[in-house]
Amino acid sequence: MRVNGRSISKGTGEGEALVSKDAISFFGGIDPKTGIVIDKGHCLEGKCIKGRVLVFPRGKGSTVGSYVLLQLKKNGCAPVAIINEEAEPIIVVGAIISSIPMVDKLEGGAYAKIKDGARVKVDGTSGTAEMEG
Amino acid sequence: MRQSMEILAALGKIYGAADMVPVTSVQVAGVSYKTIGDAGLEYLQDMVQKGAKVKVPTFLNPAGMDREQWEALRVPPAFAKKQLEILDTFAEMGIGMTCTCTPYLVGIRPKQSEHIAWSESSAISFANSVLGARTNREGGPSALAAAICGFTPNYGLHLDENRVANLLVKVETELKGTSDFGAMGAYIGEAAKGKTPAFVGVKAASEDRLKSLGASMAAWGSVAIYNMQGITPEWNVVDGAEEITFGARELAETREKIGGDGKPDMVAIGCPHASLSEIEEVAVKVRGKKLATKLWVCTARKTKEAADKAGFTQAIEQAGGNVVADTCMVVCPLEEMGIKHAACNSGKAAKYLTNMFKRKVVYGDVGDIICE
Repeated sequence: MRVNGRSISKGTGEGEALVSKDAISFFGGIDPKTGIVIDKGHCLEGKCIKGRVLVFPRGKGSTVGSYVLLQLKKNGCAPVAIINEEAEPIIVVGAIISSIPMVDKLEGGAYAKIKDGARVKVDGTSGTAEMEG
Repeated sequence: MRQSMEILAALGKIYGAADMVPVTSVQVAGVSYKTIGDAGLEYLQDMVQKGAKVKVPTFLNPAGMDREQWEALRVPPAFAKKQLEILDTFAEMGIGMTCTCTPYLVGIRPKQSEHIAWSESSAISFANSVLGARTNREGGPSALAAAICGFTPNYGLHLDENRVANLLVKVETELKGTSDFGAMGAYIGEAAKGKTPAFVGVKAASEDRLKSLGASMAAWGSVAIYNMQGITPEWNVVDGAEEITFGARELAETREKIGGDGKPDMVAIGCPHASLSEIEEVAVKVRGKKLATKLWVCTARKTKEAADKAGFTQAIEQAGGNVVADTCMVVCPLEEMGIKHAACNSGKAAKYLTNMFKRKVVYGDVGDIICE
């Protein structure tokens, strides 16, 4: 199934979806050296975002979070792509400076249907996402 | 350049901007190592490696320390090393080392209706409200991108329709000093809940007091623009605006709420950065005396140079205080310097220092909080 969304950060990335129902604060919420979620009580606590298509509603917290995405990228621990329900500046800026493909506002309620672990391909240039099923 | 353009285009897209608007100056936040850490430093070094240069006059928000006096002021050397590396990256991009939240006090004073891209919340409030210039609340990277491209997405406070006030504040008490303006800012900041306040009933307010009011509203409630009848250049209030009253009771309750007690380790003046006349006020108060408590008067380097010439710095230093440039009590590593409790005359500093120390500051005007 291929759905249209909004292009935010260019490039393509493919991998297994890691779906978070909670918003994510990259600053203080994710270890930039390992990509492991360290935010206490977060629904992804203990999970690793490295190499995954990270699916979460939106960013939150400190604007330094943009820089943490870049650290993750340089450490080889960044997600391969990002899908947000609705983008906000911290994640938008972080994805662009780290060259992580990103889309948001998928049509037809597709965001809510992405299953954890499903194979997803994000094309940030055209603003589309392709998923199993 | 290409990446900066991508950032601006993406932000324009998410905020629904129709086009870009040229800016005449940019203020970049995210300067203190305490705020941006290694993650920010690495990003800035990356930008320098890619050859990033600014296109319009661009200057910095306060850093984590005074560039010249950091050793004397006991800033940890490891922190200082990182801070200097950060400042080097900005200099490399062609950015001025103003390191202040009051650019409008050191010659960077946009005119009414001029489009700018500023980052520090109190400077944004002052520029939009007191000067009538137009800026959104920029983040560090979006301001840098605007500086590199020379324009910013045209949305939010760049547009007339978003500058209209919709919360009428009837001030029904006399505001005596800077700390009263700061307290009113704290109260209205919290009460505004996203609305734009317009004040009636304030007979006179110096720029120093307006800067304190705006800083406090921005810190307590992210207010980026306000109107004040007969004082600010813009007075646009929507018909049927919600009305609230700020009277003697509200003032007393707010002062009670933000101020604590006990003996502070430090008296911190200059949030936002002190003007020359505010430094003079402190100098007059302490001249010929010996202070019992550490005193910092934070200001822009250019303002400090004027204070040096006028003899104000000397009077403060002889009393045992410091006139500190480039930084302030909010962005420097006070905890690492052994400070656990502070006094201040600023509603904004009260908010941040209370969070930092997990203890309410002693709150009052210069005359009340400086202890001999």
